[in-house]
Amino acid sequence: MEETLKTTEELPEVVYTPESQLRKPRQLLKSMWHDLMASRELAWRLFVRNISAMYRQTMLGYVWAFLPPVFTTLTFVFLNSQKIFSVGETDIPYPAYVMIGTLLWQGFADAMNSPLRMINQSKSFLAKINFPREALILAGIGEVLFNFAIRLILLFIVFFWYKISVPMTVFWAPLGILAMMALGLMFGVLLAPLGVLYQDIEKGLPLITGMWMFLTPVVYPPPTGWPASLLSSLNPVSPLLITTREMITTGNFTHLTGFIVIIGLTLTLLFIGWILYRLALPHLIERISA
Amino acid sequence: MNKNNEVLVKVENVSKKFCRDLKKSLLYGLTDIAGEITGRNNHNRDLRPKEFWALKDISFELKRGEVLGLIGRNGAGKTTLLKVLNNLIKPDSGRVTMRGRVGALIALGAGFNPILTGRENVYVNGAVLGLTKKEIDVKFDEIVDFAELWEFIDTPVQSYSSGMQVRLGFAVASNMEPEIFLIDEILAVGDRAFRLRCFNHISKLVNSTATVLVSHSMFNISQVCNRVIVFDGGNQVFDGDVQKGISLYNTATEYETEKLIYTSKGLSLNKFEILDKEITWDGELKFILDFNSDNNIDNTFVRFIVTQIDGNVIAEWRSSYHDIYCSVKKGSNLFEIIIKNIRLRNDKYKVNLILTKGSGSEYLITAHQSAEFSVKDSLFTSSDYVI
Repeated sequence: MEETLKTTEELPEVVYTPESQLRKPRQLLKSMWHDLMASRELAWRLFVRNISAMYRQTMLGYVWAFLPPVFTTLTFVFLNSQKIFSVGETDIPYPAYVMIGTLLWQGFADAMNSPLRMINQSKSFLAKINFPREALILAGIGEVLFNFAIRLILLFIVFFWYKISVPMTVFWAPLGILAMMALGLMFGVLLAPLGVLYQDIEKGLPLITGMWMFLTPVVYPPPTGWPASLLSSLNPVSPLLITTREMITTGNFTHLTGFIVIIGLTLTLLFIGWILYRLALPHLIERISA
Repeated sequence: MNKNNEVLVKVENVSKKFCRDLKKSLLYGLTDIAGEITGRNNHNRDLRPKEFWALKDISFELKRGEVLGLIGRNGAGKTTLLKVLNNLIKPDSGRVTMRGRVGALIALGAGFNPILTGRENVYVNGAVLGLTKKEIDVKFDEIVDFAELWEFIDTPVQSYSSGMQVRLGFAVASNMEPEIFLIDEILAVGDRAFRLRCFNHISKLVNSTATVLVSHSMFNISQVCNRVIVFDGGNQVFDGDVQKGISLYNTATEYETEKLIYTSKGLSLNKFEILDKEITWDGELKFILDFNSDNNIDNTFVRFIVTQIDGNVIAEWRSSYHDIYCSVKKGSNLFEIIIKNIRLRNDKYKVNLILTKGSGSEYLITAHQSAEFSVKDSLFTSSDYVI
């Protein structure tokens, strides 16, 4: 039986020093790309694991994915019909309007929560085993997309029920949806290092998200008068939400410049967030207990 | 081309500090991250308030085929060094060079979700360890065989016992084929059959890898390792021969107490002393047992149990084996016993003494770890006894 041992020249060599990885930017970028590629299989496994386990111990199963948007929509439709909460005219029947807004918002919020959630979930082996960390982020986003896809079925049902016709721009909608998730992911990744150290982030994020939803034209059309219109101009989620909704409903884009600018900023900051995540992880691991 | 001379692990002056205080630690975490972002050099920093060196100036090289044991008291820095070698935390000074893939047997069952079945978790755990789906498909049957979990592989892991979970975790992890192996005391759990299989497996891999093993069991270390580094408070105090390192560790962890004396009702021990504290090959040990009794007790015998410094029993002399039975008188008693032809290797030993009644089931006096003696100029050096 022949035994082949690799010689030293063929073996990959890695050097660890206290230096900041930013001092060797080319090496950093190379290892980022390498880890991203290497993490695909693991990300898929973690995704399958989480999705399989999510509702296994429930009776209703995947129905649970539908229920939150259903309840939110019903609540606002009721409030609006009773004139307790008046929003004015919307281009499409109000229930459909609220449903789209809620689904898109949920995509954003889920994406924002996913990095910290995935890290906290994996704490037990994060500090003990070396694996490509991008897998956690990818698996998290996979879950967000999966949940969104399930809820999309609701949207189809509502649109069918109200016989709402969709314009051709609906084919742009995936771009809008992904943009909202990317924005959420960007905030999530930037906050994750701080969130691992200080639990304030974990506790505060739901509060902020809740309030933020009301400051975004999710369940009401965008206000035109000043100062309320600041909600659309200063809130980065607004242009994305409004434009995506318009892609699905009217075909007229009112906030297109904002949409493009925010996407550009998102992609840049997301990349920076990725670098920050990598730089911070070794320091985070030594501070968390496992 | 001499393949066995390749240096796979090179550690140069590595130091690592930790912080005792939680809030300060988190703050230092922030400052460290900031330092990383601003691209600072970060070498040779001093200790900030409440920090201490978990590792200081560790240096060594490891070649293929070497199995290095890291021993030391709890908190001496062994697992920290493993984490640095595994690229989980950054050194605060020095550098580490690793050639080849690194595999870590440190946490078994990483990634397990208890609600999923064993089968599903095998794939998750494999993926976390870097094994591809194809590799696992091919080895799946072997994995379940090794873990002996055929009947339960499709049951949720939450209903496995901890031993079963460890078996499954190890079965998956044993399929890693790295150049450098890092192992941390996971073999402490599991039944004896399982532990033997783990050792067999590790022994097979030893020639083609450079292995670093952290363990508290000197038995495991002496079985598997061919080199030992002793840690004390973050410092590297010894690097070399396994038996010498183990002796050093044993003397460092010796403590004065733990002389447990138990006497049954009506008896009290005055003195148990070995008269010749140092003997040579084939020498004799003389000891005295001075005690008081309220009653006459017939048919007693003495058990003289020799242990290593850490309490591990290695030999016993029983007076009943030599047909010597003693009668205990009411009042004070003094037994003087000489054991001849002692053949042990050079080392320090402790003694457990038991005075027991005829059938052997009723202990009258027990003196645990209560005396010491040492052997010099012995004729054998490696094994504890010769047949």
